[in-house]
Amino acid sequence: MPVPVLLGQLTLGLVNGSFYALLSLGLAVIFGLMGVVNFAHGAFYTLGAFAALLGLQYLGINYWVALLLAPLAVGLLGVLVERLLLRHLYGLDPLYGLLLTFGLALIVEGSLHQVFGASGQSYPVPESLAGALNLHFMFLPLYRAWVILASLVICFSTWFVIERTRLGATLRAATENAPLLQAFGVNVPLLVAATYGGGVALAALAGVLASPVVLVNSHMGTELVIVVFAVVVIGGMGSILGSIVSGLVLGLVEGFTKVIYPEASNIVVFVIMALVLILRPAGLFGRE
Amino acid sequence: MNSALRVARICYGLLGLLAVALPWLGVYPVFLMKLLCFAMFACAYNLLLGYGRMLSFGHAAFFGFAAYVTSWLVTAHGAGPAGAVLSGVAVAGLLGALFGGLAIRRRGIYFAMITLALGQLVYFVCLEAPFTGGENGLQGVPRGTLLGVLPLRSDMVMYYLVLTLFVAVFLFIRRVVHSPFGHVLRAIRENEARAISLGYDINRYKLLAFVLSAALTGLAGSLNALVLGFATLSDVQQSTSGEVILMTLLGGTGTFFGPVVGAALVITLQEYLSDVVGGWVSAIIGVIFVACVLSFRRGIVGEIEALRLRRAHPGPAGPAEPA
Repeated sequence: MPVPVLLGQLTLGLVNGSFYALLSLGLAVIFGLMGVVNFAHGAFYTLGAFAALLGLQYLGINYWVALLLAPLAVGLLGVLVERLLLRHLYGLDPLYGLLLTFGLALIVEGSLHQVFGASGQSYPVPESLAGALNLHFMFLPLYRAWVILASLVICFSTWFVIERTRLGATLRAATENAPLLQAFGVNVPLLVAATYGGGVALAALAGVLASPVVLVNSHMGTELVIVVFAVVVIGGMGSILGSIVSGLVLGLVEGFTKVIYPEASNIVVFVIMALVLILRPAGLFGRE
Repeated sequence: MNSALRVARICYGLLGLLAVALPWLGVYPVFLMKLLCFAMFACAYNLLLGYGRMLSFGHAAFFGFAAYVTSWLVTAHGAGPAGAVLSGVAVAGLLGALFGGLAIRRRGIYFAMITLALGQLVYFVCLEAPFTGGENGLQGVPRGTLLGVLPLRSDMVMYYLVLTLFVAVFLFIRRVVHSPFGHVLRAIRENEARAISLGYDINRYKLLAFVLSAALTGLAGSLNALVLGFATLSDVQQSTSGEVILMTLLGGTGTFFGPVVGAALVITLQEYLSDVVGGWVSAIIGVIFVACVLSFRRGIVGEIEALRLRRAHPGPAGPAEPA
């Protein structure tokens, strides 16, 4: 096994792992506060990538601005979705939230498929991040390094905001006991809508980050979100740090499998999920 | 109540007559067979979701894998239709035991996510396994001759076979739901903790429901492959799992006839609407999903039953909505 090949696949694995981490983080935050498993998370990721692509093609918006605007736009859309649709399901069986967001994903992906076709388009790597670093033992494409770094920074800032700031404390309080928090004068419905918007904005951000390394097409999110669900089952949705760590580690494992047994690289995460369910049903970091 | 029972019987009788007569009234028999296969699929799914309140997002795995097993046995080994279909059912049942055993370790939304992931696992296996024909699937599957007597190549013969099997599955599910097993299953649905405290080994009941549902789903998948003459990747795809959920939800979860109504609506919609709106079908199905979850969670048959009950017993407290 040539070492550069192995390292190349591991970097790619880490890039995928960054997307798993960003998406499962958003899922965990949304589930924690709202009890909704957001099946549309993949669709919002796809929307983020499309927003960047269309912004570039029609409005000439560059990558760095798209990195800011696309999550903002998708986040606002998320707030609308929460206020108009999801709000009506609170207090019902959480399965209905899953079903509703599944329908939303169908609408978004079906429309994108119909309008933009099945074949994917590629987003150019921004000039300042083109090229590769020569680390002497391997060539590290600059863009991949940027994705990993940016995701790590975003993940840990989110963790910091939720676990260490006053806003995060309010959020966690709402998770524990929303009516009591409302009695203290906090606008809980606003908090919930903002959280959903924030969670899907993270997914859209992942979509923009991913657009130069994957083909942008209508079903890019569905396949990803299924893997992310498996990641969430493995890590457990109880812990934010847990979902970040399991996302990154499983990405690495997937990259490693691609080197030693490529046929299994698509299914390795699902197999690990089955093993975890046998050995530790609540998930590695979870509490039932 | 007695008169309601009589009305129901008359309705079922009329529907049965209609089902027997439809191919003679100019309705394309292959379309009817596809509809019946999916109705069987939805009824099998309803056993799990409606009576066990287990939301599986991976049922396409049983449907599609059974279709592959049947098609493979027929094309590569020259098996007869009876043996090939029974093998499909058996394999789907075994797969159900495996997946069910894993998934019932968690509840609710986790159960849904686990079944979704396991379904995707089967999809990738079917994509890469040597016997499934990869992207092309298995084409040109002959229907053969049933037990050496019935030539299934004739659409009419095949139709009445599928209809008979559908009615058998429908009655079987009714029997299961009304059996002591079905009552315990519903008790677990309503209050798991209480069922445990009454001494029921709930995991055994859930697993059996899962296996039954998977095996009957396999029967639907195997038959569907014989009817159409092919098994493809779209049978194992996650979107097929989504469709069967929609059929059940739209018709009415936990009602006997709801899944049949749902399947008829969705299949008809896909066959005829695709001419009118082209590729927008998927988005339209999404809209129906959202509308269904937001405004009529009991489904069509469920809403009608609730209306009838309200009329029979006017009072402030209607029957509780499934929550």
